[in-house]
Amino acid sequence: MIASLALILLAQLTGEALARGFGLPVPGPVIGMGLMFGFLFLRDAERSPLRRLLPAPLLDGTLEGNAKGLLANLSLMFVPAGVGVVGRLDLLKTQGMKLAVILFVSTAVSLLTTVLVFRSVSALVERRGGRGEG
Amino acid sequence: MAGGDFSLWVYLARTPLLWLTVTLTAYVAADRIAAATGRHPLANPVLVAVVFVAAVLALTDTPYPTYFEGAQFVHFLLGPATVVLAFPLYERRATVMRALVPMLAALAAGAVMTLVCVIALAHLFAIPRPILVSLAPKSVTSGVAMGISAALGGDPTLTAILVILTGIIGAILVTPMMEGLGITDMRARGFAAGLAAHGIGTARAFQVSEVAGTFAGIAMGLNAFVTAILAPVALHLLN
Repeated sequence: MIASLALILLAQLTGEALARGFGLPVPGPVIGMGLMFGFLFLRDAERSPLRRLLPAPLLDGTLEGNAKGLLANLSLMFVPAGVGVVGRLDLLKTQGMKLAVILFVSTAVSLLTTVLVFRSVSALVERRGGRGEG
Repeated sequence: MAGGDFSLWVYLARTPLLWLTVTLTAYVAADRIAAATGRHPLANPVLVAVVFVAAVLALTDTPYPTYFEGAQFVHFLLGPATVVLAFPLYERRATVMRALVPMLAALAAGAVMTLVCVIALAHLFAIPRPILVSLAPKSVTSGVAMGISAALGGDPTLTAILVILTGIIGAILVTPMMEGLGITDMRARGFAAGLAAHGIGTARAFQVSEVAGTFAGIAMGLNAFVTAILAPVALHLLN
């Protein structure tokens, strides 16, 4: 678990450093996600020298198990920030009703647009792919 | 005797242990309730746990900074949890690569529509500009949204509130909406959840299916990037 944690934190730290250093508009942890993806790719590549160098927990599935455990409880990590929101709801007092309507409608529109565009483009791509093969 | 109890409380309330325990216990209880309702969208574990903790803080008259001293250990895990989104992404990289074109199209359409919709509604309701600026990045994960809002002259605290509320609203809306529309493609459903409702939507998507969660994580990361570029442009065009 410690090896997994160290690797995950290392990816995040490098991500933060890159984001800050280059003034990127992407959050450090998201860059860290990309770095972790790259690590997994290199690790599993054929004849990867990493397989001889890395400690066992990073190779035998322990890392994957730890990652799954974190992701299974993603909701938990929003609780502290969410509690902070409750204390600041007074900020919404003057415009509360309007903001509530905007949040509901725009979130619904956002979900709807994304899912419909995804679905129609994916149908289009698949149809074209099918024709190309046939 | 009452004095003794009180000094024990004063001691405990100052250590991170108490509030860390309260946070974890509230979450376990909220998750248990969510499981008992068959993961009903309204029994959103974030929402329920927040209500529990907020009730405890109100009853004990505890200020938020005191609470956060304990809860920060949980809050800290948001970063590592984002990093490990690489795992489902890596495991399903073939599925993801096949969906690259629909993903990019949905990303562009979703990010633009969200901004247009927010700005149009804000105009309709005559929302003052500083609030509008704070509202614009509401679908983006909170750290980035606060940065966008601050850079454009908004109020980052207000943005954080709007972001969390958007996440909870999105997580509650997504499942009934998709079921109502008869959409069974978990890639599309997850991608929409992550784009509209960032990490809270992603957490919801993982409850429904791992494919949905994977796509939600990608959408969350991509939207943070795209909205950070689009929001200043959209607000500039407005002037």
